[in-house]
Parts: sequence; structure tokens; C-alpha cells
Amino acid sequence: MKLWMKHFFGSGELFIWGCGAGLSLSLLMIGGLLVLILLNGFGYFWPADLVELTLKDGKHVIGQLAGEEVSPKGIPRIRMKIGNRDLYGLDYRWINSDQIIERAKPSDLVMVERREWGNFYGRLGTLHKEDQVVAEGSDAVWQSLPPLLRHQESSETESVYTLRIVDANGKEKSVSLSQVIRVLRPNDLSTLEKLRVYIGNVWTVLTTEPREANTEGGIFPAIFGTVMMVIIMSVVVTPFGVISALYLREYARQGVIVRTVRIAVNNLAGVPSIVFGVFGLGFFVYGVGGTIDALWFSERLPTPTFGTGGILWASLTLALLTVPVVIVATEEGLAAVPREYREGSIGLGATKWETIWKVVLPTALPGILTGLILAMARAAGEVAPLMLTGVVKLAPAMPIDGTWPFLHLDRKFMHLGFHIYDVGFQSPNVEAAKPMVYVTTLVLILVVVTLNLTGIVLRNRMRRKYAGSAV
Amino acid sequence: MLDQQYELRSAIPHRSPTSSSLEMESMDSPDSKVSDQRRPQVQSKLRVQGFNFFYGLVQSLFKIDLDIPEHQVTAFIGPSGCGKSTLLRCMNRLNDLIEGARHEGNILLDDVDIFNPKIDITDLRKRVGMVFQKSNPFPKSIYENIAYGPRLQGLKNRTVLEDIVEGSLRGAGLWEEVKDRLHKSALGLSGGQQQRLCIARALAVKPEVLLMDEPCSALDPIATGIIEELLFSLKKELTVVIVTHNMQQAARVSDSTAFMYLGQLVEFGRTKQLFTNPSKKQTEDYITGRFG
Repeated sequence: MKLWMKHFFGSGELFIWGCGAGLSLSLLMIGGLLVLILLNGFGYFWPADLVELTLKDGKHVIGQLAGEEVSPKGIPRIRMKIGNRDLYGLDYRWINSDQIIERAKPSDLVMVERREWGNFYGRLGTLHKEDQVVAEGSDAVWQSLPPLLRHQESSETESVYTLRIVDANGKEKSVSLSQVIRVLRPNDLSTLEKLRVYIGNVWTVLTTEPREANTEGGIFPAIFGTVMMVIIMSVVVTPFGVISALYLREYARQGVIVRTVRIAVNNLAGVPSIVFGVFGLGFFVYGVGGTIDALWFSERLPTPTFGTGGILWASLTLALLTVPVVIVATEEGLAAVPREYREGSIGLGATKWETIWKVVLPTALPGILTGLILAMARAAGEVAPLMLTGVVKLAPAMPIDGTWPFLHLDRKFMHLGFHIYDVGFQSPNVEAAKPMVYVTTLVLILVVVTLNLTGIVLRNRMRRKYAGSAV
Repeated sequence: MLDQQYELRSAIPHRSPTSSSLEMESMDSPDSKVSDQRRPQVQSKLRVQGFNFFYGLVQSLFKIDLDIPEHQVTAFIGPSGCGKSTLLRCMNRLNDLIEGARHEGNILLDDVDIFNPKIDITDLRKRVGMVFQKSNPFPKSIYENIAYGPRLQGLKNRTVLEDIVEGSLRGAGLWEEVKDRLHKSALGLSGGQQQRLCIARALAVKPEVLLMDEPCSALDPIATGIIEELLFSLKKELTVVIVTHNMQQAARVSDSTAFMYLGQLVEFGRTKQLFTNPSKKQTEDYITGRFG
């Protein structure tokens, strides 16, 4: 026994097991998180069946099944998304299973997507044109709706049609057709049709602007803002980081000062990002922006042009935040360039600068790109500094549009990370916004992954081109 | 120290600096090649005069005096750390890159001091090319590797560049092997091909002297043989100085050989003479394998 113990501890097997356990735990947590986000995020788009419940007290409930659990009292219960916020005030409701007499999925149940108050679940009643009844009865209205909605989509004016919809217990609600985005009969859809609706939903979220305090509609401005901010940041951070690293590694006399600078750069990477935000606000927004306003936009004062948060200042702040990553990676890349390359180049009559420019930098490029990839990943996920330097809940205009000068770097913008915070924690209806949080999280992850993959593909192509590269 | 210098001079009287001007004149006479058999009456391309070299406080070369004859292969032999690579790297001032390196004495290239602050160091390095122990093609295409040197000199004309690339590759005996893959990565070549590519790259800037620092030490015997063959054709065009660990190689390829030991030049003379009838005990011990 003792010998076994001695062997176990002495051979370091304990630590190997410990490391393995730690690694698996981390992987499990990351995997779990990803699965949670993927399931909820992708599930959001699926047009789930509508269920009609008949309760013991004779009432009916129509909605989507949103979960099942055992209540703290030990009674099994289900969670329904009942919609109809204007009628009930709530989007979700718990129903104890023992209250339910019957569950059914009648095909005439409709989901009406509205511009205000969220979805309505119920049945179609009548369709009115001004005061006249045009169609009556669920099926008749259903038949006459599609052309009217299509027409409504393209026109800006208030519709002359009014739709009367009935909830589970016969309560009626009138909705102007201009308020209606879409009417669906999810129970009537085949899987293939549901898939079409699913893809349509994905497309809508990715390409349209938000509605209802960001809890509905799309997140396109946020995606666009995030990507554009990361691109501007990369454009700024790459030359700065590379030049700094070049000087530190190739030209500066290696001594106490350079060592101190290097330590300072590394520490910069550990400064809390909100501190960068405060710096960005003070230096870029008020300092640089204020000066620009005073010099060139004085006719618009006191309304600030550049003297307020904007995508440029946010990008510059993030560039500052990520420049240590690029410097460190570039320095490592430069250090990994074999001395033989430099000597070979110098031996052919190249100057130091020619050697760096034509041999050292191209060889170190994969390393530099690695730094840039890390910087992009960090920048895309950063929220705190943006809140001080230009991100908004709802941007009235995009940073790029059709009016001159097309690229508006002074404009405020939307950002996926901030969108998550805003929708998830600042929204008046947190429950209803939850799916949107998952979707936004999923999209943010996808955007970061896409940006990184682009960088990685670029780097690998470069490595293949110069097979056996240094880094 | 001084005694030793005198000894060296007396051992190789025809190498003394004063005789070189006479040799230069005799070069022009048509019968100079006939007498070449016994006395290398050729012009000196590089002359090392009273050369000391220091890495920081450590002196690694002691009073080297040496004349490298033009259009010949000169080999430096000696045990590891004897300073032969250091001396070679001084000849195109590559040691300038090393911090704390310092020298005394002169190295003359065509009677011009290469350490003269007025000379253009990049021009010197163009005239005195270098091939390294470890083949070091740049991570670029074969074509780009060769074109690198000429491009540095501002050459942009495509047809001229192509001619130079082909000429250099032919000069290094590599053209037939790589002519179909000029735009592929140079790192895809075999070790021997890479080393010949480095030779071709050095040739592309039309150097007058080619310094080779153990160019075959990482190559197999066949690749080594090819490069040795190459040296015979190269010396028609330029002067070759080669550092080698391999004494058979020095005996095979070189016209003159310098034996160095602990930073001193022990003996310098015609290769044949040095290997068959060395005048110094140390040389004899080394070439017969008794030490080193």
C-alpha cells in the first residue's frame, strides 16, 4: 500500500490526473455554454406549434410550449408563451399539469406578428374594410389576407383594413393591417414549410432593424456596427503595433529602458477595459473630438460633431486596448525569424531596413496575424469602454450610408455586446426579450468566429505559400 | 608573437605583401600560367594585414596576415573555434552586426581598406558574397530568392531579371532541376539544392569574391560532390574563400590552404604542399588527425 502511494505521488501521476480533470471540466463548461447558446439561439427561429389547452375551470389557453418543470411544491407544471401582451400584460404563464383537461393543436390557430405588443395567439375573426365586413370566419379571413399583407408591405400609408382577432376565451381585439407583419398557422405547416419560415426568420433577424425596444425584429445595425468597429480598430492597431514592436525589437538598444517599456506594454494588456473607456472619453472624445469641433465644426456648436461618442473614438479606444496584444505577438514573430535570413539578406548588400521590410516582416507575418486575430477577438467582445465612447441602444443612422461623405465616423453605433446587455438587462420586458438575448449572443459568437476564421485562413494561406515559415 | 610572424613570413615567402606588386606585373606576361605550377604568381584579391579581432573583451583573431589569390579557391581549415569563420565573416564585414565586435588592422579588397568609413558597406557586400553553413533561402519563391539581390540594386526590368535568374541558376548548376518550378517556394527544395540556390543567389549580384562558410557541412556526400564540382567552374569567374571542417574537401577543392589554430594563422601555402609537406608540426598533427 505504502509503495503504491509512493509511486502514485512520486511519479507525478496525481498531477497528471489533476491536470486532466481540470481540462475536462473546462471543456465541459465551455461545451455546455456553447450548447446552451446554440440550442436557444437557433431554437428561437423555429415556428413552434401552437397548443390549445382546456383547463378544469373551463377556460382555454393558447400559446407555445416553453418548458416543463416540477414546481417547488412538487406539482408538475408547464410554461406557456401566451403572447397577447396587450390583453394579459404577461408573455409567459405557468400552468399546473393537473389543471389541464385537454391538449389540442387545432390547425386554425394563428400567430399574428405585430409591430406593437408582440405576437398575438388566437383565431382570426373578421376582416373589415373601414366599416364593412369583407371576410368572416377563420378560413375566409385566412384566404383573403396574403394579397392584402403583400400590398401593405410595399405601401407607406395607413391601411384601410382592420383585422379582428379572437383570443382563446373569445376576447376580441382589432388590429389595423398596417400593424400586422405576418400571420402564420404554425400547426398547418409541414416540416418543409416550417423550414422555409425558419430560414425567413433567420434572414429577418440578420437583415432588419430592431423593433419594440430591441426585443423584436432584427439586429442588423448591431452586427454592422460590431464588424465595422472591429475593422476600423484593426486598420489602426496593426500599423501601430507592428511599428512599435519593430522599434522595440530591431532598433532600440536592448537595455533597462526597453525592458521597462516592454513590461509597461504587457501591463497595459491587464488594465481593466473600463479604464480605457474613461481614457477614451477624456482623451479622444473630449480632447481630440472637442478640438476638431472647435477648429472645423464651430458653426454647429454647441451641438457636438466629433466631440461626442462615435464609432471612430470607440474604435480608437479599442485599438489602444488591444495594441499590447499585437505588440507582443509581433515581437515574438520577429524574434522567431532565423538569424540566417537576416545575415543572408545583409550579405547580399541589403540595408537593415531593406532586410526588415523584404525578409523579416514577411516571415513574421503569420505571427503578426496571430496577434491581430487575438486583438479582434478581444475587441469584438468588449462592451464597457464602448458605453462611454459611442455605443447607443438604438442608432438612428448607420455609420455608412448613401449621403455624402458616405462614411460617417462621427456617428454613434450599435454593438452586439451592448445589445445583449441592453436587451437582457435594460429591457422593460425581460422575459419576452430572453430569446433575443440568446440570438444576439449566438450572432456575436458567430461574428467573432467568422472574423477569426478569416484571419486564420489568411495566415494559413501565407504559411502554405512560404512552407516551413518561422512562426 | 612577433617571432611567430617572422616565422610565418619565412615559411611562405611568396605570400609577403611586397611581392604582390611584382606578381601583378608578371600576371600580364603570357607565360605566367606556366610558372604558376610552382609559384602562384597571381594577383591578391583580398589582403589581410595585421588583423586582430575582438568579441567584447575576448580576442578571437591574433595578427592575421594573409593574401587571398584571385581566381583561386582558398580554404581555411582548423579545429572548431579557431577563428576561421570569424575571419571569413570579417571579409564582408558581417561581424559589424554583432554588438561589441571590434577589430584592429586592415583587410584590403583590391587594395582598398574595407573598413574605411567612406566605402559603401552595401557595395562591399555586393562585391563580396557569402554562402552560409546552414542554407538560408528566404521563405519566398526560387525566382524571388535569386532576384532579391538585383532588385535591391534597383533592377526592375523583367527580362533582365529573368536573364539574371537563369544565369545565376545555371552558374550554380541548378537550372535544369528547378526551371519548371521557379515560382514555387524555395523551401521545398532539398538541402543540397537549397545550398546551391544560396550560391546562385549570391552569384546574382555578380560578386568578385564568394565567401563560403562550411557550405557542405549539412549535406550528404552526393550534394557535397556537386558543390565541389561547382567550385571548379566558379573560380574562373571569381575568387572563392571556403571554410571547411573536412580536410579531404580542402585538399580536393582548394588551391591554397590556411591552417588556423586558436585564433592564429599557423600556416598558409599551396594546398598540395601544405598537405604533403607541412612546414609546421601543428599543421602536420592536425592534418594527420593527431588532434583537432
